Amino acid sequence: MIEVRELRREFTVTTKVGRFRRERRVVRAVDDVGFEVAAGEAVGYVGPNGAGKSTTIKMLTGILVPTSGFVRVCGVDPARRRRELARRIGVVFGQRSQLWWDLPLRDSFELLRAVYRVPKADYASRLRECVDLLDLGPFLDTPVRQLSLGQRMRGEVVASLLHGPELLVLDEPTIGLDLESKERLREFLADLNRERGTTLLLTTHDLDDIERLCPRLVVIDRGTVLADGALDELRAEVAPERVLVVDLEKPAELVGLPGVRSSRVESNGLRHHLTFSRDTTAAKVISAVAAQAEVHDLAVVEPEIDDVVRRLYARR
Amino acid sequence: MAESVYLKLVGARLRGQMSYRTSFLLQCVAQAINQLAELAIILVLFNRVSALGGFSVAEVVLMYAIAGTAFGIADMVAGQLDELPTYIRTGTFDVLLLRPLGTLAQMMASDLHLRKVGRIVAGLVVLAYALSRNDIAWSAGTVALAVLAPVSGAVIFSSIWVTANAVCFWVVDGQELANTVTYGSNAFTSYPITVYGPWLRRFFAFVVPGAFVAYYPSLALLGRPDPLGGPALLGWISPLVAVAAAVVAGLVWRTAVRHYRGTGS
Repeated sequence: MIEVRELRREFTVTTKVGRFRRERRVVRAVDDVGFEVAAGEAVGYVGPNGAGKSTTIKMLTGILVPTSGFVRVCGVDPARRRRELARRIGVVFGQRSQLWWDLPLRDSFELLRAVYRVPKADYASRLRECVDLLDLGPFLDTPVRQLSLGQRMRGEVVASLLHGPELLVLDEPTIGLDLESKERLREFLADLNRERGTTLLLTTHDLDDIERLCPRLVVIDRGTVLADGALDELRAEVAPERVLVVDLEKPAELVGLPGVRSSRVESNGLRHHLTFSRDTTAAKVISAVAAQAEVHDLAVVEPEIDDVVRRLYARR
Repeated sequence: MAESVYLKLVGARLRGQMSYRTSFLLQCVAQAINQLAELAIILVLFNRVSALGGFSVAEVVLMYAIAGTAFGIADMVAGQLDELPTYIRTGTFDVLLLRPLGTLAQMMASDLHLRKVGRIVAGLVVLAYALSRNDIAWSAGTVALAVLAPVSGAVIFSSIWVTANAVCFWVVDGQELANTVTYGSNAFTSYPITVYGPWLRRFFAFVVPGAFVAYYPSLALLGRPDPLGGPALLGWISPLVAVAAAVVAGLVWRTAVRHYRGTGS
């Protein structure tokens, strides 16, 4: 669905030097990025601000022309066949709207139907489905300017799906949304990916989005790909340690546990945080603990995804 | 099919503006008053002088009416291009690029300045009056010219607008420069070009083809030879000049958008 090789994009930045002189400097926003996304996948494209995420998205959607490199989206060169590609992909920008500000949501949809030349029957069935799933009914006739951000974002997502795209690209779709709106949107997108097989590529700062939606993630920083793989693998690779939290019935000291690298004790010896490596298993640690004290409760904590990404950045 | 998309976009724009009905009507009235204020300036001027650049008050009003109507139409269709820097800065222009339509047509259709209708109506009223007050030898040719002149003028002005604003793709602060050319050419075309110095005249007459908006067609309508010695033919070719200007504007816009996608901003 997406094929990117040795993708580069340079910008010329002019900065003032002294009163009249200006200096031109070439900045590489994207430098040798390569990855592939198969049809039906859901991929998270993450990285800190200024990493080159948006620039990549703009090149994938045909807004920007690459300085060099190879891009194919739906088998099409986006820079040359922007309009053809536009009919086959959907794009949602969290920070800019594609809806008509002064018109009811329904009118915006109707206009987009005309813009994308969607047959009436397809349009009606897609709209009905989306309206049901995202519960747009109550505000379908409200002018967009009066919608809450959460309502508007749901509208934006539906707007990008009316022409039945094979690929949906989302740039920060959950930015600024409250928890409930985020959850609802994630559920809808997960469903879209699973049921309809729509390929998803999303950039986000909210790593819960990735955890919920994307089995795979591509991490970039300073224009290059730092890591590409399943979330679990990346976690195992860069954050090899997990934590076992045990609550004991009576305060006790735990010694000689297999594979445990460090421990932290809370509540006067009742709660122990035991950090253990991947060489051992949680079961082994638990049985070693149970041999020394009576266990009241326990939990295994995987490293947080932002922790994983932070470590990836730090590893460079 | 494609045309109906743009009609729908225009319709949407109309409904959008109508959601602020009172404000919209007031703006229409304000636009009409603006148009008539420019006429008032000419009339005041003729209180002091009996001729301007060799033309009588009725003749100058005719030029002004053609130019004013043409400018009103252009302002309605292309005036929103003044917003281009905002489109670029806020990323709205990127949204246009995500749709399977041309960017210029989308900008024109979806952001039409409908309140300029006030200006156009006022212009047409003055034009009808001016046509009746001048001694015009009516024939099929002059009737066609009377209709075509404001339309050609509108195309010429729109082309100027597109070309001048395309500069903003290179220079984000190019707005001031663009305004000088667009609004400047309106001010220029409302008077006979004989009142200007030769350099300004040549620039606005032929580089920016402003003289073909009102001056030359008016000469043809009035059956007057050009005091500057231009051939009579010049009065009849405004539609051709308009087509040429539109082609140039289209090419400039395409190059500009290509530049934007090539280097971004």
